[in-house]
Amino acid sequence: MDVLQILPQQLVFGLALGTVYGLIALGYTMVYGILFMINFAHGEIFMIGAYVGWWVLTALLNAKLTGLHPVWVVPVMLVPAMLFAGLLGVCLERFAYRPLYLRGATRLGPLISAIGASIFLQNAVMLTQGARMKVYMTSLLFPRTWRVQVAGASVSALVLVMIGVAGLMMWGLHLLVQRTTLGRSIRAVAEDREMAAIMGVNVRRVIAVTFFLGSALGGAGGVLVGLYYTQIDFFMGYSAGLKAFTAAVLGGIGNIRGAMLGGLILGLVESLAVTFMNPAYKDVVAFAVLILTLVFKPTGLLGETVAEGEKV
Amino acid sequence: MTAPAGWQRWLAIVLGLAALVGPLVAPSDYWIGVMARICLYATLALGLNIVVGFAGLLDLGYVAFFGIGSYLYAFLASPHFGLHLPFFVAVPVIVVLTAFSGILIGAPTLRLRGDYLAIVTLGFGEITYLLLINLDRPINITGGPSGIIRIDPPALAGFVLTRNLEYHYLFLAALALTLVASARLRNSRIGWAWQAIREDELAARAMGINTTVAKLQAFAIGASFAGIGGSFLASWQHSVFPDNFLFTESINILAMVILGGMGNLLGVVLGATLLVALPEVFRDFQVYRLLVFGLMLMVLMVFRPQGLLAGEGRREEEPEPTPLVESEAGPGAPAGSG
Repeated sequence: MDVLQILPQQLVFGLALGTVYGLIALGYTMVYGILFMINFAHGEIFMIGAYVGWWVLTALLNAKLTGLHPVWVVPVMLVPAMLFAGLLGVCLERFAYRPLYLRGATRLGPLISAIGASIFLQNAVMLTQGARMKVYMTSLLFPRTWRVQVAGASVSALVLVMIGVAGLMMWGLHLLVQRTTLGRSIRAVAEDREMAAIMGVNVRRVIAVTFFLGSALGGAGGVLVGLYYTQIDFFMGYSAGLKAFTAAVLGGIGNIRGAMLGGLILGLVESLAVTFMNPAYKDVVAFAVLILTLVFKPTGLLGETVAEGEKV
Repeated sequence: MTAPAGWQRWLAIVLGLAALVGPLVAPSDYWIGVMARICLYATLALGLNIVVGFAGLLDLGYVAFFGIGSYLYAFLASPHFGLHLPFFVAVPVIVVLTAFSGILIGAPTLRLRGDYLAIVTLGFGEITYLLLINLDRPINITGGPSGIIRIDPPALAGFVLTRNLEYHYLFLAALALTLVASARLRNSRIGWAWQAIREDELAARAMGINTTVAKLQAFAIGASFAGIGGSFLASWQHSVFPDNFLFTESINILAMVILGGMGNLLGVVLGATLLVALPEVFRDFQVYRLLVFGLMLMVLMVFRPQGLLAGEGRREEEPEPTPLVESEAGPGAPAGSG
């Protein structure tokens, strides 16, 4: 097949994948922005969001309701998944991370605690949900005939919904962080935790809210990825988490717009790698792009260099 | 090297005796195998400790060097390429080559700090794994997903190692060697330079330390330990597969270093012992094994954030900047006190 013919199609896939990477990457970057900590369990939160979405969809399908339409089914899947994922994130923060950063541990302590949480959550899901993959009945929700032609690419309604939902959430988060009092306190804590506390910001609450928001976005990403790939399992958080983390660093970790940009670039790079190269090497290309970017721009594309010295 | 104080000394003696005598009284060959694996992983953890614990460079892709070492041994001592170098010739060659790979991978990361360094090393680890699994086409180099089999066992003057017991003592000897090397490095000019970089890179540079050279030394020496561990693994299991070198393995080794107490050699060995032995102890619980393992990692970090043995961690070193000053004073600094 002519490469140029499938290119627009691949670019659309890349865009869809990229927005979801960006959505998950936001969870890493927000937590990093205020705690300077890699929340390794974020991939697992994303995976659990996918399971909650699957559970809701399966329950709806089993109830044999008529008039299942994505316009209301997708939000009905997203809300519980986001709530559950968000609360899980808050619990993790409360029990696995807060005791560590309150005592001023080195930055690697929380990392190991997060790795432990990741292993724990993965196995908890495997034990309670079984090791076999679950199947999202996406085709019952989005008939395959729902497609539009855009610039030579045939775009399914699902891909449009993914891009739309992810884009909407990112925009919402952007408004929240930039325009509201809560957003201002998040930025204040990220800038200088002690000074923010002196100025009357309830730092612990802000940290908990940040975990809730980041985890909820990860949970939404889980539902979208579940709908897109139609198969989920307890191990899916590993590679998605890795990619999203890569996206966050590519854009400049701690920077919210950077996470979105990094996600988009990573998704497009992967789809281009699949188009022009051996698909087995798509991850090699993705990581090579990351490494090259960091060699020339050591703090990522939109990364800031402030406070670098204090964090090490 | 100052001997560890008090109960830590006793712990060291107990661990050492257990390693020496344990295999002779072990209930089954299986447990001798577990002890051999403890020694192997302790060697790897000591290598990572040089990069993470001494120099403070968070390396999430350490398994790359482990994999490179293993596959190099497979290339040099198996029918795959028809080469059959003797074990004690192959290992030094591999140590040099993996050290070189450490420099290659370390070089692009020199300007990076903290978590940017972490993600780049992680990327190199993933790239190494993907290359191992995919380089069977167009030319068969790594054997792809089915790996390389029929690797030569270690042999010395006609004596071929076959039993776990023999491997255990070989691995223990290597562990002893890397322990002594780590201890001597820590109190050398190089070691002080690493610790200075770990505490404050800018200040270290201001004190005249060539941070580029020091970081590359850390990567090279850390990688060479993994080269030893890798060639031992390949010769022990007579085969290598890409799945031996997954990202989770990097995390496992990192957990050993941090759990035991970064920079503390006894702590690192203890961390390796616990993280290899605990899953075996919980083997009776089968499916709950990893669940409990994850929970324990969390609980241990919450109650001992500095690691189990933090005696030589950065906290105690902070009010004591004198070694750094002395090491810059001239070659007469007490480098030989190790």
